[in-house]
Amino acid sequence: MNAQELSWLALWGATALYAIAMVASSMHLARVADAKVARKRERELVAAGAMPADPAAGVSMNGAPAAASAPLKVTSKARGIAQATTLMGAVLQGIGVISRGIEAGHVPWSTMYEYTITGTWVAVVVLLIVQRRRDVAYLAPGVTGFATIGLGLAMTVLYAQSTGLQPALQSFWLVIHVSIAIISTGIFTVGATATVLQLMRDYRDAGTGWLQRFHWLEATPSPARLEALAFRLHAVGFVLWTFTVMAGAVWAEHAWGRYWGWDPKEVWSFVIWVIYAAYLHARTTQGWAGRRSAVIALIGFVALIMNFTVVNLVFQGLHTYSGT
Amino acid sequence: MARVKLDNYAYADVPRLGPRGWLRWMWRQVTSMRVALILLILLALAAIPGSVLPQWPQDASDTAAFLAENPTWGPILDRLGFLDVFGSAWFTAIYLLLFASLIGCIIPRIGVYWRELRAEVPAAPSRLDRYAPVTEDSPLSPADAVAAIRTELAGRGPAPWQWLTGFRVRVDERTGRDGVAEIAVSAHRGHVREAGNLVFHVSLVGILLAVAAGSLLTYRGQALIVEGDSFTNAVVAYDTYEAGSLFSEDDLEPWILTLEELDAQFDDTGRPTMFTAHATLTEPGQEPRAVDAQVNRPIQVEGAKIYLQGNGYAPSFTVTDSAGNVAFQGAVPFIPQDDVYTSTGVIKVPDVTEGEQLGFSGTLLPSALGEGPDAISVFPSPENPVIYLQMYTGDLGLDDGIPQNVYTLDESQLSPVRDDAGDVAVIELVPGQTVELPEGLGSITWDSLDRFAGFDLRRDPSLPWLLAFAITSLLGLGMSLFAPRRRVWVTVPTADAAGGEVTVVTAAVWSPPHDAGAALTRERALAAATGRPRPSSTSPEDDE
Ligand code: HEM
Repeated sequence: MNAQELSWLALWGATALYAIAMVASSMHLARVADAKVARKRERELVAAGAMPADPAAGVSMNGAPAAASAPLKVTSKARGIAQATTLMGAVLQGIGVISRGIEAGHVPWSTMYEYTITGTWVAVVVLLIVQRRRDVAYLAPGVTGFATIGLGLAMTVLYAQSTGLQPALQSFWLVIHVSIAIISTGIFTVGATATVLQLMRDYRDAGTGWLQRFHWLEATPSPARLEALAFRLHAVGFVLWTFTVMAGAVWAEHAWGRYWGWDPKEVWSFVIWVIYAAYLHARTTQGWAGRRSAVIALIGFVALIMNFTVVNLVFQGLHTYSGT
Repeated sequence: MARVKLDNYAYADVPRLGPRGWLRWMWRQVTSMRVALILLILLALAAIPGSVLPQWPQDASDTAAFLAENPTWGPILDRLGFLDVFGSAWFTAIYLLLFASLIGCIIPRIGVYWRELRAEVPAAPSRLDRYAPVTEDSPLSPADAVAAIRTELAGRGPAPWQWLTGFRVRVDERTGRDGVAEIAVSAHRGHVREAGNLVFHVSLVGILLAVAAGSLLTYRGQALIVEGDSFTNAVVAYDTYEAGSLFSEDDLEPWILTLEELDAQFDDTGRPTMFTAHATLTEPGQEPRAVDAQVNRPIQVEGAKIYLQGNGYAPSFTVTDSAGNVAFQGAVPFIPQDDVYTSTGVIKVPDVTEGEQLGFSGTLLPSALGEGPDAISVFPSPENPVIYLQMYTGDLGLDDGIPQNVYTLDESQLSPVRDDAGDVAVIELVPGQTVELPEGLGSITWDSLDRFAGFDLRRDPSLPWLLAFAITSLLGLGMSLFAPRRRVWVTVPTADAAGGEVTVVTAAVWSPPHDAGAALTRERALAAATGRPRPSSTSPEDDE
């Protein structure tokens, strides 16, 4: 088996595992939701019978109850399966990505195909890292689902034979600029997942009709906590994106003799950066914090996806790495 | 006059009548956070047409074609600036307003920050219950406990490190709410975050100024050099030359660049793998030195950089006229039209001894496959080079004084030479071959096949500044987003007041909701106050 076949097999294997992980983690989420609803009822019963506590005491400014309520740990078979398949999928995908790099003889992010397999891998790895620190079961279906679809599309639609690098791409800055771009894309992806959940949960809590059907949303933390998590992810993503744009400018200066030329790719990188900057400001602006700033973050993510799809495929520019 | 809150960061007075009140009101609006937010959103929206519609500065020929195809909408869009978005009045207005807002925003904030740094940290609130306080007994005396907290929170290490990682601490001895004497510690950390935020925003202004200065002080030119030829850095030598309004042509250093060889390498499928221009650079008053330029690796000279931007073939010809005199000799760049270097070029022969001037337009196939008009090139290297020429006689139009494109023939006063059958005559040439021209007009010889390099030259003295501001903005951004903003308060009733043996320590913390590490700080303070070892990791988070 040569590197190409190995890469191909490993990536298909990862796709299948992620699909299983998506189903299993959704099932687990439904369980968590049940358990949470059950505990809420129980508490309500207890509270109804007990002396009402001073509502001001024990609630900190950041909305977390001070009284250490034992964290709800729901263990289900589905959770074990989801975690094992995600981990195995990430390992397989890692093998797939690396052997693609070996086959191509350069870092595996010079075509859309390579960018996709590497980017979805980063998203899953970010999920695994966050998962080690805290229980983010509610993020798993979104991220593994995204990875399944992304990888599936990469393997069926975007696949391109590996080739040598064009002279313009033979640069140390390719490694720096694109790798950081991919990492921040992966982080923004997880951040966007948290933001979508935040909005869904928020509107569900507010009584929006069609969301009442999504019982599993009970398994997510409160909108405020989701927003806090999303902000932290977006903050890291934003710093890395800022670096990406700057490294791109340095590279453009080396390769083309101008650091900024409003090439379509550059326009969109700028647009994405400005939208996320707007998000950061909206968070601290009265009337915009919460839902509206979340919407801005999602618009930023849409722009990020546009930059990678429409801009690569439709617009003419110097960034012709689409490999089509 | 009522004060109206615009948002978290700005208050405004309800405007008095009269121009000064209005002006002040407008300025407050412009510098408010909400307006900054709206301007940012507008900026993002305004940039998008620049990627959708063809743009004059980026691709003039595409834009002209777009105008030709859209006779109704094209000119309207053009007039409204949509075909030069980044130079349009409205785009400029948005970013200038944004920066006005930015400057109006940060200058007062710098003042506030400066005063805040010099002032003491605000005292601890008299009641900590709102902040989820945690209480513990300590074996230390109240004074020792407070001293330990102070050391723990103020940080250790050399001054800059301490400034970056420590809290600013204030200690009061006071009478608490219940009339009990207590020592209250108030510690604040947020000065790094705010400093980073200010550095970031100031750096953005720096970047804008550096870009503006660069566009005034820059010059850029393009030149095409054939192997063996030299180029002297002067405006006349460039094919195209642009300079910022503060750059004077007299500042051009007259160095000389000689192209020795252009090395072009392709893989088996004809994809380029490497282009290298081997050249000799002679700077005034210095020994000539060998330099190489590659894509991504420009040549540095006198504050400017020379980029290898293109390459192609430059066949050399000798043309003799009907009198047998050499009327033209030299290399002519043929511009590649596709990936296999099918190239086109023209030969202009004005200096004939007698009769009409001659012109040729030709197509070069580096690796020709097939015959006559059906021949195509199949590979970019010169495996089987062939040139097909069409010949014209008449007036080349060179004496009209109108600058001409050297790569096209002005056919208005030329007529093609036809063969016996009346078709336009096509001359086929291979290297070294001499062909007699029709109608006894002379002969043409293809002497050799060289390559040319297209160089792009640019000097922009703002680059180091730009880089410096980019780095400070990135550092500032990191500080602004990742340095915590926390307050820690600890109250310790003094022993005699409490009347007991044990010291009771109460600690509370405030931080924005996204700050997961705040509880750890509270634990650190408590651990110090009770003589426990320092906690190392975050306490497990509650899940709701
Ligand atoms: C040129 C466009 C601008 C960009 C790219 C930009 C970017 C940023 C970024 C990335 C942050 C960090 C967000 C955070 O700490 O959560 C920030 C914070 C901030 N910006 Fe801007 N900014 C711009 C213009 C402005 C303007 C015009 C104002 C004044 C109205 C402003 C006021 C602020 C304030 C007050 C904060 C602190 C928010 C906080 O953390 O409490 N910015 N900005």
